[in-house]
Amino acid sequence: MFGIIFRRLVYAIPIALGVSVVCFSLVYLAPGDPLQTILPADASAETIAQIRHEYGFDRPIPVQFLLWLSHVLQGDFGVSIATRRPVADEVLGALANTMMLTSFAIPISFLIGYTLGAIAGCFPGTTLDRVVTGSAVMGVSLPNYWVGIVLVIIFSVELMVLPATGMGPKGSAAFNILVWGDAKFLILPVITLAMVPVGILARSTRAAVAEVRGLDFVTTLRAKGLGEWAIIRHVLKNAMPPVLAVMGLQFGYLMGGSILVETVFTWPGSGFLLSKAIINRDIPVLQGAILLLAMVFVAANLVVDLLQAAIDPRIRRA
Amino acid sequence: MPPITALSTASRGALAGLALGCIAAGASPTHAAGVLTVAMTAGDIPVTTGNPDQGAEGFRFVGWNLYDALINWDLSRSDKPSDIKPGLATSWEIDPANPKRWIFHLRDGVKFHDGCGFSADDVVWNLDRLNDRTKPQYFTQQFALSRAYMTLYEGVEKIDDRTVAISTKVVASMFPYDMAYVPMISRCRAEALKYDWNAYAFAPSGTGPYRYANMVAHERLELVPNPEYWDKTRIPKQDRLVLLPMPEAATRTAALLNGQVNFIEAPAPDSIPRLKSAGMQIVTNTYPHDWVYSLNYEKGPFTDIRVRKAANHAINRADVVELLGGYAIEGYAMVPPALPYYGKPVRYEYDPKKSRALLKEAGCLPCKVTFVISTSGSGQMQVLPMNELVKSQLEEAGFEVTFNVMDWNSLLEVSRSGLPKYIELSGYNISRLLQDPITAVVKPVGRTYWSPAGSNWGHWQHPESDRLVNAIFNEFDAEKRMKLLTQLHEFESEQAMMIFVTHDVNPRALSPKVSGFIQAQSWYQDLTRISILP
Repeated sequence: MFGIIFRRLVYAIPIALGVSVVCFSLVYLAPGDPLQTILPADASAETIAQIRHEYGFDRPIPVQFLLWLSHVLQGDFGVSIATRRPVADEVLGALANTMMLTSFAIPISFLIGYTLGAIAGCFPGTTLDRVVTGSAVMGVSLPNYWVGIVLVIIFSVELMVLPATGMGPKGSAAFNILVWGDAKFLILPVITLAMVPVGILARSTRAAVAEVRGLDFVTTLRAKGLGEWAIIRHVLKNAMPPVLAVMGLQFGYLMGGSILVETVFTWPGSGFLLSKAIINRDIPVLQGAILLLAMVFVAANLVVDLLQAAIDPRIRRA
Repeated sequence: MPPITALSTASRGALAGLALGCIAAGASPTHAAGVLTVAMTAGDIPVTTGNPDQGAEGFRFVGWNLYDALINWDLSRSDKPSDIKPGLATSWEIDPANPKRWIFHLRDGVKFHDGCGFSADDVVWNLDRLNDRTKPQYFTQQFALSRAYMTLYEGVEKIDDRTVAISTKVVASMFPYDMAYVPMISRCRAEALKYDWNAYAFAPSGTGPYRYANMVAHERLELVPNPEYWDKTRIPKQDRLVLLPMPEAATRTAALLNGQVNFIEAPAPDSIPRLKSAGMQIVTNTYPHDWVYSLNYEKGPFTDIRVRKAANHAINRADVVELLGGYAIEGYAMVPPALPYYGKPVRYEYDPKKSRALLKEAGCLPCKVTFVISTSGSGQMQVLPMNELVKSQLEEAGFEVTFNVMDWNSLLEVSRSGLPKYIELSGYNISRLLQDPITAVVKPVGRTYWSPAGSNWGHWQHPESDRLVNAIFNEFDAEKRMKLLTQLHEFESEQAMMIFVTHDVNPRALSPKVSGFIQAQSWYQDLTRISILP
């Protein structure tokens, strides 16, 4: 177990480096300039040169990258070009807000997706299977930001039972999950965010369950006279590992924060932060956010692998 | 508890009232009295450290609420364009001995929100903050955000506690307009915080009608009235002003209908009928805005005036206004008709046959043109459908139009770099902020503003416009200068300098409980007069 953890932590280093290099390169390859949002339209060449120098953008790109990397290794992610606030504060705050959504969206999507997929997989070819599969395809296919807007129209505008936007009546700083007046702000964005993972998990579970049901050991169990519900328990347990792997990826996807969903609900999470950083070419925030999100992905997959090892003794023996 | 029939009439009445109160409290959201909650189109809270970012909304909601400039904007009327008026300076005049030196007389008895008095030392300190890298108060972000208004600035000196002299690089009769974009922040507060600008952002101090109350980064900014504001007619009537960034139009609309906010910027035109049916007020007004195609005068088809005229005759502006649900004004010139220097410009009526004939005469039929357009952006209105409509109109008249579509940041880079970097482009689509005459009609034609040094993107140059610009800069009589500005505007129209399409009317939607808002003909607005009905 500790060997797995140690190996994964070591693998995280080249992953972090690779992600940083790719992100840095892509941002500089894209057209636009990180100083566009603060420079006036008629800035003189001298003004642009001076500002570029003071922000450090006149250095060669590899030098900029190495300087940034050396600061990151000391825990300094730099400051946002737009706000001049420390990137670490910006990103960690946004990640915490996205975590609030994810911590509800993941269990909900897993419970619903796994249940639906298990039902479909246990009754393949039936009307129930077709309904579940169709629903899962719809969940994956419908644009989630569109669903979010529709939910807002129904529940916030027409029925006026849920708020349309924001993270609490006083913002994230005062948000208290235990207070209904704050917690109700979570409902619509969580449902919207959970939609795609429900569909993906349902389809993955259905495929895994259907595959496991066809294995020889299930035939053996049935031949030995084991009851159908007991067989289903065995099937579901054996179908869990690949589904867990998919769930790990979905966790990473949700932690990246759906840019569109967070924009629709003005939820101050990592997706909203990333979208602004991309539009403004706020390179320090982009670099910091993407690096931290990559590490979240690595950590999430490590946790999933450990869970898989805990569930599946074959993985432990390997 | 005894049966209700056994209760006295008074008790039954009290119970009924209590029951009704509970039902009412549960059925609808409770609003604090007198809180104006605004949903901005900005994606973030504008910076609070002086000159704001987030475009005009930054000044509209943060800059001119927390701060004053030496010269303010008059936002008190809706029936005439906004112009400058005394702010922290009560008057200003040119030094008779030196036309490049302006004397500003400062207002007495003004205090910053932190209690420190305002004096000439604060003016000097603020201008150094924006220009002098050797000073401890110098802040790169503010240097960048204020550059557009410091191009003519040379230096400042204190004459006495209530008088400063500001020098310009050239004789510039309209220099006071530049000073109307420079907020004065508190030296006391900045020094107390040892120039920690991150800390200052959460504790800003100005002389404006609102004081800072609270901010949650990226989410909300709360301001409260400044009861000691020097302009007693502009002490805010609300208890609190809450500003929320909400870039998605559908979200703003839902938040207003839901009651989370009571004032929204720029509702989508197709949501306006729904808002009206819910009892919301829709307010609009002409303001100095222009939606145009800025052209390349050095290379390509638009170097020929006949092609420029042909493009203008090809535009069916009525159709564009209809596309916007009627929430726009047909644009036939560089500025909207309400501006005092509009004059009698040439009117390019929709006439695709005439357009085609001009193209044939110019030897450009079909006429291939390439424009850069954006997918969004400040003042860009419904940019993609509008561009699609214009494209179809131009092609009907004999043009072959190609669009290079890019995001707003990339378009700003094209706008700033201009020629020669983008010499192969025929032009680009942009909305123009025409708050002052220099920006509106001088910068697009001035030789000194040739890109990349300025906003004369296509490198326009003409002896007549050079003559007029020079005359304007050297004319200190306001009436005579207005005539020159009018001549310049009419000349630019006669030359079909840009492809003129439309002017925005800046629709806003307000809750029926919002009262007292006067929509000025300006990119900025005065929120102090607004009160919230119970």
